Amino acid sequence: MQKRPPFEVLEHTADVGVIAYGRTPEEMMVNAALAMFSLMVGLDQVEEKEEREIRVQGHDWESLLVHWLVELLYYVDAEGMVFRRFQVEIPTPYQLRALAYGERMDKERHSFHMGIKGVTRHMLAVGQEDGTWWARVIFDI
Amino acid sequence: MKEVGKDWKTILQKVDDWRWLLPQDYKRGMRVPGLIYASEEMIEQISGEEMAIEQVANVAFLPGIVGYSLAMPDIHWGYGFPIGGVAAMGLEDGVVSPGGVGFDINCGTRVIRTNLAEEDIRPKLKELVNQIFRDVPSGVGSEGLIRVAIKEMDQVLTKGARWAVEQGYGWPEDLEVIEGGGALPGANPEKVSRKAKERGAPQLGTLGSGNHFLEIQAIDHIYDPEKAAVMGIHSVGQVVVFVHCGSRGLGHQTCEDYLEVMEASARRYNIHLPDRQLACAPIRSPEGQDYIGAMTAAANFAFCNRQLITHWVRQAFARVIGKDPRQLEMHLVYDVAHNIAKIERHRWEGKEITVCVHRKGATRAFPPGHPDIPVKYREIGQPVLVPGDMGRYSFLLVGTQRAMAETWGSTCHGAGRVRSRAAAKRLLKGVDIAQQLERRGIYVRAQNRALLAEEASEAYKDVADVVEVLHEAGISLKVARMRPIGVVKG
Repeated sequence: MQKRPPFEVLEHTADVGVIAYGRTPEEMMVNAALAMFSLMVGLDQVEEKEEREIRVQGHDWESLLVHWLVELLYYVDAEGMVFRRFQVEIPTPYQLRALAYGERMDKERHSFHMGIKGVTRHMLAVGQEDGTWWARVIFDI
Repeated sequence: MKEVGKDWKTILQKVDDWRWLLPQDYKRGMRVPGLIYASEEMIEQISGEEMAIEQVANVAFLPGIVGYSLAMPDIHWGYGFPIGGVAAMGLEDGVVSPGGVGFDINCGTRVIRTNLAEEDIRPKLKELVNQIFRDVPSGVGSEGLIRVAIKEMDQVLTKGARWAVEQGYGWPEDLEVIEGGGALPGANPEKVSRKAKERGAPQLGTLGSGNHFLEIQAIDHIYDPEKAAVMGIHSVGQVVVFVHCGSRGLGHQTCEDYLEVMEASARRYNIHLPDRQLACAPIRSPEGQDYIGAMTAAANFAFCNRQLITHWVRQAFARVIGKDPRQLEMHLVYDVAHNIAKIERHRWEGKEITVCVHRKGATRAFPPGHPDIPVKYREIGQPVLVPGDMGRYSFLLVGTQRAMAETWGSTCHGAGRVRSRAAAKRLLKGVDIAQQLERRGIYVRAQNRALLAEEASEAYKDVADVVEVLHEAGISLKVARMRPIGVVKG
């Protein structure tokens, strides 16, 4: 099988979407978070100075994905955090616990791209094909 | 992601030069037809973007929708509702949908006038833009200059712009020329989650990023001198300030919280939806009422946000020009929401009805004489502030009786995108947009210059074409056109 990139950016007229891939749901969730933060900030400029523990649940894969990404956005707005690395565990379906590593935003060191307002449910989908998990999500910019 | 092949021109029925009907039988489940305001050329362009018209059809699925699923000429592909969509739902049998308002609750615009002429500020333009860039926080991760305790936040959510004025940010008369007086009744801060308040607290008084902006503009053309004079616009070259921003993280989280609630409600009330983002609940249900209370509170946060920004803009002018803002006659012309749902009285088929009007990327445009518009504008109709892109122009319009009769007193909200951010960047690869604009006398300060291509003229329809459709269709009337001379982007 051809090696896939961890995520791809999708075009939408007003907003921006991504498709994140993974061999496991955990890896897919990690890549979805990386995709979201890569839209926001130059990831290689972010240092791992702080961590946040995150626990979310959903009623299906799609809702779990949304809750995970929204929880990360909470730390962006409320605490001014940006993250560059994630450790994700999904002990049972639709329950996720994670450690997110990053630091407070610093205009001197970080170049910011787009602000993300929300995680939409438009065209939201999670699927599995040939052993690869994929998640499609559109952000409101 | 675009499907190709659907020939919308054979599906849409031309009503007249400016109106296109999307028949109710286009899609099984539509409760009403769609009606799109556009010129023939625009229909060609919109048709290329499959999803926008499909979304007009999807909105027509919502229970209680009255009349038409409406779309303004700046319609483009959104999430759930199209951007530029308007839909009114009956209070007794209708639903309210957070997706019909959007994440940025009460994203809106305001215009502040001055008595300065372009030539007065030209020598100090850069200094002025730089001062505003410093004083009005913008961009990803920007924090406001004031810190509001979570307890105090409930006051902001109830009083909106009035809270800011009470704290000394702005003038009491500003409140008279804000939609709903800058403090919409019915706000319920208890229904705004703690998370939403925590996301919003550091961001009160910030512009944000994306398409949000603050522009110094010069009046470029006056179409209707009498109406313009009522707004304090007297001459070509007169300087005004145009602000476009919303409710920041507080609104975004409120939308998120209720999308979640309503996904369950839609199942509970057995509402069949073609798109998960259209999640909704009956207006009369507890979930519907909670959302309306929370959304109204978030709208008040946005009015407060724009009010704080206005104060800092006035201070920046005072500092650079060396005159008091009162001397500069920096009065607010108007402030209006373009992402909101409101309970309003309208006439439909000869009867008075109460409906919940969703305006998703659409602006209220009430006619002369309407009791909900400021006394000073009662004779001319409600001012409508339509931003264009940073390279061209913006418009001042007024609402009309025809808008009241056809579109629930609504009109467009801007130019509407035609190119995705990535497509705009590809097209303008290697072009320094800031430099290009500066050659044309437009000085731009942006948090990220590389991102300016995403917001360049090439990404948008020509707002003049959008406004022309509305003017010709009689939905709103042109009063004046402004062109940007200084731009602040997040």
